[in-house]
Amino acid sequence: MEATSDMLPLIVALPFLGALLPGIVIRAGRDTCTWFTLFPTALALLMLLLHAPGVMAGEVYHWRLDWLPGLGLDANFFLDGLGLLFAGLILGIGLLIILYARFYLSKNDPMGQFFTYLLLFQGAMVGIVLSDNILLLLIFWELTSLSSFLLIGYWNHLPEGRQGARMALAVTGMGGLAMIGGMLILGEIAGSYDISVILQHKDAIQASDWYLPALLLILLGCFTKSAQFPFHFWLPHAMAAPTPVSAYLHSATMVKAGLFLMARLWPVLSGTPEWFYIVATTGLITMVIAAVIALFKDDLKGLLAFSTVSHLGLITMLLGFGTEAAALVAVFHIINHASFKAALFMTAGIVDHEAHTRDIKRLGGLRHLMPVTFVIATITALSMAGIPPLNGFISKEMMLKETTYAAWAGNPWLVPALATFGALFSVAYSFRYIWHVFMGPVRDDYPARPHDPGFGMWAGPALLAAIVVGIGVAPFVVEPFVNVVAGAVTGAPQDTHLKLWHGVNAALFMSIAAILGGALLLASHRALEAGWLRAGPPAAKAIFDAIVGAATRAARGLTDGLHDGSLTRFSAIFVVTVTLAGAIAWSTGEIGAPSRATLPIAIVPLIATVLLVGATLCLVAFHRNRLLALVLIGVVGLTVAVGFAYFSAPDLAMTQLSVEVVTIILLLLALNFLPRETPRESSGARRLRDGVLAVAGGGAVAALAYAMMTRDFALPSISSYHLANSYKGGGGTNVVNVILVDFRGFDTYGEIIVLGIAALVIFALTQTVLRGAGGRFLESQGRPGGEAGDRHPLMMVVATRVMMPMALMVGVYIFLRGHNEPGGGFIAGLIVAIALLMQYMASGFAWAEARQRVPYHSTIALGVLIATATGIGAWFNGVPFLTSAHDYFTVPGIAELHLSTAVAFDVGVFLTVLGAVMLALWSLSRMARRTGEPVNVEPMDVNPAADAASSREG
Amino acid sequence: MIDHALTFAFACFGLALLFNLYRIVVAPGVVDRVLALDTLVINSIALLGLYGILEGTAVYFEASMLIAMTGFVSTVSYARFMLRGDVIE
Repeated sequence: MEATSDMLPLIVALPFLGALLPGIVIRAGRDTCTWFTLFPTALALLMLLLHAPGVMAGEVYHWRLDWLPGLGLDANFFLDGLGLLFAGLILGIGLLIILYARFYLSKNDPMGQFFTYLLLFQGAMVGIVLSDNILLLLIFWELTSLSSFLLIGYWNHLPEGRQGARMALAVTGMGGLAMIGGMLILGEIAGSYDISVILQHKDAIQASDWYLPALLLILLGCFTKSAQFPFHFWLPHAMAAPTPVSAYLHSATMVKAGLFLMARLWPVLSGTPEWFYIVATTGLITMVIAAVIALFKDDLKGLLAFSTVSHLGLITMLLGFGTEAAALVAVFHIINHASFKAALFMTAGIVDHEAHTRDIKRLGGLRHLMPVTFVIATITALSMAGIPPLNGFISKEMMLKETTYAAWAGNPWLVPALATFGALFSVAYSFRYIWHVFMGPVRDDYPARPHDPGFGMWAGPALLAAIVVGIGVAPFVVEPFVNVVAGAVTGAPQDTHLKLWHGVNAALFMSIAAILGGALLLASHRALEAGWLRAGPPAAKAIFDAIVGAATRAARGLTDGLHDGSLTRFSAIFVVTVTLAGAIAWSTGEIGAPSRATLPIAIVPLIATVLLVGATLCLVAFHRNRLLALVLIGVVGLTVAVGFAYFSAPDLAMTQLSVEVVTIILLLLALNFLPRETPRESSGARRLRDGVLAVAGGGAVAALAYAMMTRDFALPSISSYHLANSYKGGGGTNVVNVILVDFRGFDTYGEIIVLGIAALVIFALTQTVLRGAGGRFLESQGRPGGEAGDRHPLMMVVATRVMMPMALMVGVYIFLRGHNEPGGGFIAGLIVAIALLMQYMASGFAWAEARQRVPYHSTIALGVLIATATGIGAWFNGVPFLTSAHDYFTVPGIAELHLSTAVAFDVGVFLTVLGAVMLALWSLSRMARRTGEPVNVEPMDVNPAADAASSREG
Repeated sequence: MIDHALTFAFACFGLALLFNLYRIVVAPGVVDRVLALDTLVINSIALLGLYGILEGTAVYFEASMLIAMTGFVSTVSYARFMLRGDVIE
């Protein structure tokens, strides 16, 4: 049965929306903050539970929204039994964890931050389990990796926390990356990225050649997330997190995401030999190895971490068997494990919180001091050991029974034997948790005097312990639910009867053997531990660090080899690569015969060419003399600008001219701090090599340009489109400007933002330099020699004052007509900037700065904001961002005015360019300002008007 | 007649550009180089103006006006750089 529910996206969104609150309301106190965290969780849980009756009746709820249909990425959600189970676990245990964390976190911990991370994580997890689109699922999957990174590293003052967080992110992130590949393959095979569609294509997927690669990649993601061997090592290191995080992420939810995905895709991926041998074997190995390691962990949370890994392995193995009965047991054990393991983690946290240590060797005898905690821990640990009448016993019995049906490579004994072996260790470490922590004599050397915590802290684990007993005594209560969930996993209705007593069968004997053996193991723990330490099991962290270190070194070697900060090195690599690529393209491609006649060579263009080439050659020859080099660059720039004008590109010519002036001022400001001559740094052979490369690269570009210009385009160019639509669509006859502000307005928009950022970076860098060692160095330098003349000559001041209004008017003129004739905001901005710079040069930095009312930062911001507002304005017109509208207006007395919204956009460009240029030059000229230098109040050195006035007064 | 005059003028200014470049590269002092660059700028204005006359259009006038208005700013900056070291003080 299918139904639509509008609540599904809300259930996912609520934790994310709620995540905005704790960070803010923490100012109102820790209790308020907790309430504001509990509220979205509880509301989401309530909405989820409203669906429960329907799901139990076999309904599947859907909600769909096309997000990026072109990519197959849609915000589709669905809720069936499996989703209900996991979402219920995430939200339900989430509630208990939030309550527990309220009392666990100390006053010094930033609680708002913690709850924000926790809710982010919660939302991501709920997103995973309710997604009906595998791409959407991948997004949530990555979000859980990121938010768990934040949670594990929450105590970022602890190096273990930071390292554990990094390791978890590296391992699960790598798995996530692999999974993206696997999911894409899966989606390609099925022809849809919707999970509900993929689940219908079992035969097509298993018959595909891509089945095995997809399976391996997806399993890599699942195994890393669920800490399966050999990726199990990150989980114990993640225990550096605060205990609520360990209890939530590393027992109940995140580590089960891998299991969830295996269960979700079980109908299409399972049932093949590949699935059985990969999944069941990995699960079995993980289960046994982790159980053995867990017994020898002295850290309470370390013990629980490895026991979690072991139980995850158990569930993985059950899913790997590929039978419906085993899948049902897996589902049942997920429920049971979540209940007892979350409670155990919380009791471990309580012990740590009260006794100030988690080291089992330093604990013991706590049953007298912490009776409540003792009862909870005992019940849940016995359940973990599989002791009747607790829920762990039922699922463990069923698991052992399933193993007897699994033949590994024809051997019917191997799997049951190993499973019993694992169960034996599981019993041993569970007993150890009770025996070595709570039993024995009371000690007097605890780091702190332990006692039971307040009700708020033990309420959560107590509730879970009650569930553990409840399910164990009356399994029929959860029976319908387990059957529905198992039905959702297997895709076929299930009707299994859960009961405590299965009669005398093989599983019972295996169980008894495990319990007796486990008790024996614990009794001989001391001797075994000595042997374990002698054997010296490999330390996963060292191996991981070695691998990461090797990868870092390799990456650094490659990067430094290509790009060591030397300009010559990477330009050489760049030129060689591009030239070779061009040569290959040229030799393998085809090109027609020259079809366009060359123009006759006139005398003036010839002279200009000689000028250009001559100046460039001289530049190469004399580049060590920096000032001469700048003058020669000026010649090149001017010639190019005149060339633009000659070849009918007046816009470019004007831009080039104004940029030229700004560049020269900029470089002169910089040259002031540099030596007059560039020292000779490279050897002759090296210069020869660089010369050859430069000539080859330049020659290749020139040859290519010649080849292109002597032929017609093979395909019709887009110029004709621009010419035809410039006036019609953009409302302007200057095609260049219309392209800038309309056709390619989005590019321009991005560019002005980049320009503004660049100017702000220049500002920030010079500020930093001036404050640091560089500033002190400049101060100690004093003025460079060669001073002569006046600081602010009268003639220059007067000339620039006269020029100012004219230059501004030219700027306005160029701006206004820019849409129809050469000009526009960019050129106008440069012209006005030059007009302002003249005032700075004439009357000095301090004088001009004192008269500057609007900071250049604001000018940049204003420009970008105006451009943005213009772009957004198009939305109100019902058209996409930056679509321009235009009309004609008659202004009496002036002329008919043609106004386009693109003009407003151009104002934004104008302001940004003006602000960026001025801020950059202002920042650089500020570097020359040193303390102790007299600041001029008067605009010029000699002021005849002021002198005359003072003499009259005198 | 105007064509001949234009051709003559183009030749003269073209030649002047080459002389300017020569003076920029081979000069007794920095001042000569900067003055030569300034002259080069002025000669380009003239060339653009002449070209406008030849083509009978006013489009080039603007470019030459812009050069005239901003070109001297570079010369002033060079002068300030040589005299004071600091362009904006």
